[in-house]
Amino acid sequence: MGSPAPINDPTMPAPVLGPGQTYTTVTQKLSAIITSRTPLGWIAAMLIAGGILQLLMLSATWLLIKGTGIWGLNIPVGWGWAIINFVWWIGIGHAGTLISAILLLMRQQWRNSINRFAEAMTIFAVMCAGMFPLLHTGRPWVAAYWLLPYPNTMSVWPQFRSPLIWDVFAVGTYFTVSLIFWYLGLIPDFATLRDKAKHKISQIIYGVLSMGWRGSAKHWFNYEMASLLLAGVSTPLVLSVHSIVSLDFSVGLIPGWHATIFPPYFVAGAVYAGFAMVLTLGLPIRYFYGLHDYITDRHLNNMGKVMLATGLIVAYGYAMEQFFAWYSASPYEGYMMQNRTFGPYSGTYWSLILCNVAIPQLLWIKKVRLSPLWLFIISMFINVGMWLERFIIVVTSLHRDFMPSSWDMYHSTPWDWGLYAGTIGFFLFMMILFIRVMPVINIFEIRQLVANKSHGEHAETASADD
Amino acid sequence: MSSMTRTAHKNGLDLSEIRERLSTREGQDYWRSLNELADTEEFRDYLHREFPEGASEWNDKVGRRKFLQVMGASLAFAGLTSCTRQPPEKIVPYIRAPEQIVPGKPLFFASALSQGGFARGVLVESHAGRPTKIEGNPAHPATPRPGNATFGPTDAITQAQILDLYDPDRTQVPVGNGRASTWTRFSATLATEVAKLDLDQGQGLRLLTETVTSPVLVSQIRALLEKYPNARWHQFEPGTRDNAREGARMAFGEVVETQYHFEKAKRILSLDADFMESGAASVRHARHVALGRKVIDGQKADMNRLYVVESSPSNTGSFADHRLPLKASQVEGFARAVAAALGINAMGGNNVGHDTWLNALVKDLAAHRGTSLVIAGDHQPPAVHALAHAINNALGNVGSTVTYTDPVEAEPTNQHASLKDLTVDMSEGSVSLLVVLGGNPVYNAPADLNFAAAYQEVTTRIHLGQSQNETARLSHWHLPEAHALEAWGDTRAFDGTVSIVQPLIEPLYGGKSAAALVAMMMGDGRTDYDRVKEYWGEQYKESDFETAWQTYLHDGLVPNTALPERSVSTTENYGTPSQASEGFEVNFRLDPTIGDGRYANNGWLQELPKPHTRLTWDNAALIAPATAEEMGLQNGDVVALSANNRSVEAPVWIAPGHPANAVTVHLGFGRTAAGRVGNGVGFNAYELQTSDSPWTASDASMTKTGQTYPLACTQDHHSMEGRALVRSGTVDEYEKHPHFVHEMGHDPGPDANFFDGIHDNDGIAWGMAIDLNSCNGCNACTVACQSENNIPVVGKDEVLNGREMHWIRIDRYYKGDLDNPELYNQPVPCMQCENAPCELVCPVGATVHSAEGLNDMAYNRCVGTRYCSNNCPYKVRRFNFLHYADEETQSFKLQRNPNVTVRGRGVMEKCTYCVQRISAARIEAKVEDRELKDGDITTACQGACPADAIVFGDIKDPNSRVAKLKAQQRNYGILTELNTKPRTTYLARLTNPNPEISQHG
Repeated sequence: MGSPAPINDPTMPAPVLGPGQTYTTVTQKLSAIITSRTPLGWIAAMLIAGGILQLLMLSATWLLIKGTGIWGLNIPVGWGWAIINFVWWIGIGHAGTLISAILLLMRQQWRNSINRFAEAMTIFAVMCAGMFPLLHTGRPWVAAYWLLPYPNTMSVWPQFRSPLIWDVFAVGTYFTVSLIFWYLGLIPDFATLRDKAKHKISQIIYGVLSMGWRGSAKHWFNYEMASLLLAGVSTPLVLSVHSIVSLDFSVGLIPGWHATIFPPYFVAGAVYAGFAMVLTLGLPIRYFYGLHDYITDRHLNNMGKVMLATGLIVAYGYAMEQFFAWYSASPYEGYMMQNRTFGPYSGTYWSLILCNVAIPQLLWIKKVRLSPLWLFIISMFINVGMWLERFIIVVTSLHRDFMPSSWDMYHSTPWDWGLYAGTIGFFLFMMILFIRVMPVINIFEIRQLVANKSHGEHAETASADD
Repeated sequence: MSSMTRTAHKNGLDLSEIRERLSTREGQDYWRSLNELADTEEFRDYLHREFPEGASEWNDKVGRRKFLQVMGASLAFAGLTSCTRQPPEKIVPYIRAPEQIVPGKPLFFASALSQGGFARGVLVESHAGRPTKIEGNPAHPATPRPGNATFGPTDAITQAQILDLYDPDRTQVPVGNGRASTWTRFSATLATEVAKLDLDQGQGLRLLTETVTSPVLVSQIRALLEKYPNARWHQFEPGTRDNAREGARMAFGEVVETQYHFEKAKRILSLDADFMESGAASVRHARHVALGRKVIDGQKADMNRLYVVESSPSNTGSFADHRLPLKASQVEGFARAVAAALGINAMGGNNVGHDTWLNALVKDLAAHRGTSLVIAGDHQPPAVHALAHAINNALGNVGSTVTYTDPVEAEPTNQHASLKDLTVDMSEGSVSLLVVLGGNPVYNAPADLNFAAAYQEVTTRIHLGQSQNETARLSHWHLPEAHALEAWGDTRAFDGTVSIVQPLIEPLYGGKSAAALVAMMMGDGRTDYDRVKEYWGEQYKESDFETAWQTYLHDGLVPNTALPERSVSTTENYGTPSQASEGFEVNFRLDPTIGDGRYANNGWLQELPKPHTRLTWDNAALIAPATAEEMGLQNGDVVALSANNRSVEAPVWIAPGHPANAVTVHLGFGRTAAGRVGNGVGFNAYELQTSDSPWTASDASMTKTGQTYPLACTQDHHSMEGRALVRSGTVDEYEKHPHFVHEMGHDPGPDANFFDGIHDNDGIAWGMAIDLNSCNGCNACTVACQSENNIPVVGKDEVLNGREMHWIRIDRYYKGDLDNPELYNQPVPCMQCENAPCELVCPVGATVHSAEGLNDMAYNRCVGTRYCSNNCPYKVRRFNFLHYADEETQSFKLQRNPNVTVRGRGVMEKCTYCVQRISAARIEAKVEDRELKDGDITTACQGACPADAIVFGDIKDPNSRVAKLKAQQRNYGILTELNTKPRTTYLARLTNPNPEISQHG
């Protein structure tokens, strides 16, 4: 890209910001979501999400009272929905980090309007994910700290060869860094809200949260530096977390788990799932709060393309699993794949292919990428498909492994559903709460976009877009 | 049958297609179940889909009620217990310690436990005064293990009797007219009754016992009958061997006991006898047949050859070289044909075909005069027994493999006739006092006798029994009977050998033995101990009885009491030939796990997967695949079985190898007063049984009801998928090509380790070898393990959920023809892999490797991620998904092995090679300042195994038995291609087919 091009040049990407935006309109519009009167729709949504959240309380309580036997687990299927949900939620979290860290480093400015809620989504998704590994253990009350390497008089340490320990570190680090990164990005906006807030209590809360931000050049310099550093720290996490999660499986010797392709395939799947979730949440928010000027067609188009690309990597993963099963010439691998494809869970497998491979091919069509409705539908398919993918990996591999005498079927119970739905309730509850109390779109970064725009589109043309 | 659910099946089992598929298969082709053969996914999943676990979990009757029933964890019961007088507890140290009691060190006492009246010698482990585990007495003829073995072999039921002792549903106080009472009150009633008897010399007195061999009890009953000459003594139990007695009477004009010597037999023909699994000497027989098949590299293989003709698939049949399924009524014709071919004037004869088989068999038997053996099943009519006697005689086996003695029972009785007489007397009102010493005729008498109705015509009914069973509930007085581990007594083994029954513990609930009750009637005030000791003192003709008595107790048997061999004179009477029935037949059999129903309240036995079917918690109508095909039946379909104008509803189970046009039902289920565990489990097959033909009902019919019933099977899952898990060959193949076993699988060899010798050390390396050539799948190991290692029972729902807890399971694989497959059993404990996949993945290091190569579990450290189980290729790990261990029931606490942790909820567990026994032996060796030697440690499964199929020891000691076995060519590991380096390995099974029977069949 050499010389600056006109903004409506069809060969150039659509703008990341709608026309006519100024500092004032941006600030007004985005802070009004928080400072305005509570909309009835928000209360209704909160009630619904809060209601579903109660399922989490109920399911978790009953689980702690009775034990994991309330789920459909058995021998040989020792892992079920809990692990599926864990991987699913962790995957969903990935888009946030990708958007805030990698795209920041790559100076993709279109990320600015979606990174905030994508990051929030990450935080809440990781919270949801984090519940499962603990709740799925037989004795959560000791698992809660025995998996941590704390000094103790017994000199007993975790077993560092176990991928589950790697998980603890990977997910722990991920959550911590994501939280700090998110909070750091919120500081200038908290300051804006502090200034905008009319109520004394709000002023105090936002005042405290903004940590004395005054917007001085020094502040901005420190902010930019910290932001870059954190982005640098986060970037490897995007790749490492899901790679390590995938090692839970590929370190195992179970056919269907024991595959070297898992780390890249899981990372791609995570980004895929994450972007689908960003759309699933972003499109309704955009619609209800009229944020079309901030989440523009350009964003939709780009996210569609990211999904298409990662979806193709995932599809390649599926193809490679089939190929390995054949090429390994291992009867166990061969049987596993045959069973996966044509066995009792073949319906699930083919649904997965439909959701994750077939339907997303529509994203090749630009019209689909620009249509919020289409994108929403496709993103829902991907959300489901990614869950099914984890189901296939966890359950079909375990239920028929090496000893045919031990083969058995896995059937979920209402408690499996309850806990899963409960975490969705928790996630929605937190998201809805977040929309109301924190700026869902990064105010100062949008203002920066306005600034960039008024300064001759430098940033726009300086970086190669998607 | 109340919980039957209507379910439609998507897809049927196309048996004709299966046949076709089988016919096109070649070579060693194993299949696990019909489901696999059918190869339809709907069917693979069938067992579980028809009863979705999800639903069962959700509809769970609040808090796994059934599960709680099973484990009997009930506070209400705790309340009941407190009604009885508990021994005072004193927490003071011993001032003078009881002799021999070292805290923490168990003592073993020799005793005997009876099944069907006949003794099995046992050594009972006692911890601080409470019996915890039953082992076989190696010196006892029924449980022999010569040499310096610590324990003798046992069977599953004997192993499980320790749980019966502590059954919380046992009667705790005498019950008079349905209300709790006392022995004192009962004595008063009894005195009144006895006073009446004195008036008419016991005119209205009847005694009903089960089979009695106890010399003391017999002497007492005889004394009672002498005092009341008008009284009568009846004997009945469902497993009665009437046919054998009548067969002997037919053949020799008198009742004699046949003693079989399988150790000398080279060719064995079983005429519908499951002699390795049932009968007074089953453990001994199973052992001797297996020992007769041991093959050692470099020595000429001299295997016996076992032919089994059977009407229902049995363990004996699975062990056979040649197995022929025939309908029960066809066996007689077959026996006559064999007899005729051997020159016996048997009349009638083969109307069943199978000439090639028969001729080859006869030729083989005839070629082994004096070393062959023919045994007839207790279910076969007397004529078959007479024919078997004649065949043995014609083959010159009498005096070598078959000998005769006087009957062991004091009063050999045709028990069904005896019960019938009693019923007639009762309904005529001529019985005023009936004393039932054990047994449960109200439940288990054949239906045609209408026993319950007749029973209620008796003026005074007194029942002695361990639980308030069906009979107890219809009695005026129900008295708690002492368990065999609670009272002094005596009993005899199959060959007459007497054992003194020693109590291990005071009666938990003030129960009395049968002998004590008879003594009460006689006004005999002696204690059981005095009575038994005095009786045997009288029998003792030399000086110093006290020393002899101590020897009896120590050795667990009275020397030289085996009955002497005697001669018999043949009558050449083989009965009138009866025609094989053309119609549909019902076979009645005692259940292989709960017997005639007396063990129905024993959770270990209920949850023990039955041979062949691997069913738990239910009986089923076993049918041939052909019959299922004909009637369009699937596993779990409910049918109405009708015979003799009676009908019961039963779920069917397709049993490959079952003869067509017949069904086998197991007795002992459908109880209404068994207790919390046994009530309402399965259907009551006694309702179809008749006293005239208790083992077979001909002209029966079976109709489909359209309902289905969930059956909890632990292993009806699919084929071996061509994986070399069980390896087998013929003995000829082995001799020509001893290495054949290793060509069936891929072994990466010793150098395939990424890290060199991480578990290598100079010390001991524990290992186990399991000889598949010896295992007949008797399940003794599974129960022994359950008893030793405090393994909980989970209940039917949890078995349906796939959560059974057995640490050693028996895998079963079929091979060959659908109508008559070969069956292979494979016990699977933990493999104790040297490169254990489980250890690598545990995040908290709860499963770690010991220096001696054990894959140890630290239960306290386990947080329950279940990753280890997922990563275990052998799936031997078991998880406490719920709180399975019963910590409420007080009595069960006494049973537990104090050296094994009781695992809580959320903890993984598995086979440890009985690490507690290893530690105990190590400590003992250390105390004695010596090295551990081979044989110091016997694992629970190894100790129980009748066939010595399981051998444990130090594989680094080249002279250990296990090392020698592992050096055999037949030794192989399973899934070794994963480089797990299992310490448990298997020795391939060998068969010894008759070359003249070209095709198996």
